[in-house]
Amino acid sequence: MSTQDETDPSIAEIQPDSNIESEFDQVFRILDDDGHLLPGVDPGLSGDKRLAMYEDIKLARHFDQRAISLQRQGRIATYAPMTGQEGSQVATSYALDEQDWLFPTYREHAAKYVHGVDLPSLLTALLGYREGYAVPEGVNVMPEYIPIATQVPHAMGMAWGYTLQGKDDRAVLCHLGDGATSEGDFHEGLNFAGVFDVPSVFVCNNNQWAISVPRERQTASETIAQKAQSYGIEGIRVDGLDPLAVYVVTREAIRKAKNPVDGERRPTLIESVQYRYGAHTTSDDPSVYRDEADADKWRKRDPLKRLENHLYQTGLLDSEREAEIQARIEEQVATAIETAEAVEAAPEQIFEHVYQETPDRLQAQMDELNELRKKYGEGAFSGVLE
Amino acid sequence: MSTDSINDHPSNGEVQQLTLVEAITDGLSTEMNRDESIIVLGEDVGVNGGVFRATDGLYEEFGGDRVVDTPLAESGIVGSAIGLALSGLKPIPEMQFMGFMYPAFDQLVSHAARIRSRSQGQYSCQMVVRAPYGGGIRAPEHHSESKEAFFVHEPGLKVVAPSTPADAKGLLTASIRDPDPVIFLEPKLIYRAFRQDVPTGAYKVPLGSASVRRTGSDVSVYTWGAMTQPALIAADHLSDEKGIETEVIDLRTLSPLDVETIVESFKKTGRAAIVHEAPKTAGLGAEISTIIQEEALVYQEAPIQRITGFDAPMPLHALEGYYLPQAVRIQEGILDAVEF
Repeated sequence: MSTQDETDPSIAEIQPDSNIESEFDQVFRILDDDGHLLPGVDPGLSGDKRLAMYEDIKLARHFDQRAISLQRQGRIATYAPMTGQEGSQVATSYALDEQDWLFPTYREHAAKYVHGVDLPSLLTALLGYREGYAVPEGVNVMPEYIPIATQVPHAMGMAWGYTLQGKDDRAVLCHLGDGATSEGDFHEGLNFAGVFDVPSVFVCNNNQWAISVPRERQTASETIAQKAQSYGIEGIRVDGLDPLAVYVVTREAIRKAKNPVDGERRPTLIESVQYRYGAHTTSDDPSVYRDEADADKWRKRDPLKRLENHLYQTGLLDSEREAEIQARIEEQVATAIETAEAVEAAPEQIFEHVYQETPDRLQAQMDELNELRKKYGEGAFSGVLE
Repeated sequence: MSTDSINDHPSNGEVQQLTLVEAITDGLSTEMNRDESIIVLGEDVGVNGGVFRATDGLYEEFGGDRVVDTPLAESGIVGSAIGLALSGLKPIPEMQFMGFMYPAFDQLVSHAARIRSRSQGQYSCQMVVRAPYGGGIRAPEHHSESKEAFFVHEPGLKVVAPSTPADAKGLLTASIRDPDPVIFLEPKLIYRAFRQDVPTGAYKVPLGSASVRRTGSDVSVYTWGAMTQPALIAADHLSDEKGIETEVIDLRTLSPLDVETIVESFKKTGRAAIVHEAPKTAGLGAEISTIIQEEALVYQEAPIQRITGFDAPMPLHALEGYYLPQAVRIQEGILDAVEF
């Protein structure tokens, strides 16, 4: 998935499209709105890789639809939809090498999946079991971060730590949202990253909204990418609805993080310009605060459709192959739901992993709970107001 | 659920049936109409009306200069509110969830709590920091925190946690008019769990005054916020099944504590149980237990029981029913105090 066997095209070769609307000014892109490759650009990925990327994005979208449906049925709790953003998520993880680290927020389900977290784990956490946060051995993905921007200094610190230990073969990629750029942790993390020149890549998924607050109420700066200048690092804007462009830009940032040429600074802030098609979470109602016509405008640049058009145009995809892919992803997601829903409640899990060795007082609290479970049955613990 | 014991504000003139969250909105609107220096600020409080709809309609009623959508930054929201208060306004910053309050912790304990003492009384910081708190609503990680002890521990802050709609409005009004910074904790489990007659217009429920929700002679239970409900359920069960009469004290204000009511009830019963959803160790239960022993040791008939959340992080929603004190756990704790 993440292992690189591609050449790294130079970002300098890619010119911004001068005909795009204002929000896409100075934004790197490779595919036009209909999925045609812009002249003189190199997507940097083989045909097979582009096809695999398409399958992963398609899977992510299907996963998203199923997760929203499961939430509506009351089978999972609050869910943060990613439709519209999955192209960028998948592409950034394609740009990672296996040993690179990923710091996700609560919305990077697809980025986590591509970098090695299995689908049932993603669903297990949504079903309310912390076991779902467990990351398989050898997979370099942190559990999701829910507090905003707190992951930024962590990602910087890990990158710093590897540099201090002479482990120069790995970079750290940190996701954040446009709302996160308002938090102090964002400033402190990027400032440190610049000062210590660490191999870190910060991807701001600028989806235009932090719940109900629009991007222009988070910052008065014209772009988020330009904030990088304050920290002495590189900032770049990319069309977040163009998976190939996101891949190229992120891959170049990862390259630079690990192997800067003379005078080049390691860290990069990537502003991935995208749109949150749906609600912030299933608890939110965007119709209260935004105009759906605006969302429709962004949907015309849909990442899945654009990559699909590109693959059809280049002969890498036909309807038969598309049907095969569709059947495969539906089966994968259905199996994952079945696996996750087979997880059984284990109240002892509350007391596990609080400390490496469970202290006596916690053991006693667990024993007390277990006695009461025996005496009153599990039904006594179903709700507080009963 | 039991609401029989909720009659603390008998209708005296006009009332309306409101949920706890609606009573908070009503309290904000009533005070904002009365006092033009009040402004509400925070992430999503404006056009969206707050993620729990606690500020619903205020943006339309008072406009974007008094109901302000801010950037997403808790330290910035509370820090700027401190400055607004120093300028003579009365800010009411909203923290979207108590679990997101920690970035603002430095502003609250280093500054809001100390401005009066640091300036030798010359300056004050009159503001109310509102934050939904507690579990039981199947929320994600960090959305179910109950860390009131952090703020009770800080001199200079007042801490309030209502358990009924009428109290919520009256305590909020008192908090807004209080000259010191108040942390106003809203039990989101019961934001919409029941309705109650809430007087229209302005009225205050005084800070620092507990409420006896249920009278009893055998044992005293001390609790607050959302835990008042399961405590009342447990008390009713014990009365029906064993003839044990439990007095349930809803503390309402956690700092300052109503020591007199706490101690008087204990002197009557000689037995006590404290119920809170925060972890047990160094929770507010430890403080209440010590107060009782300091003030009324000679009346004590049995060890004081604490029925609390565990000393473990709040689990994700599938197991939170096991973590939060349930009627059965509360009953057992009360019995341990009674049958000692």
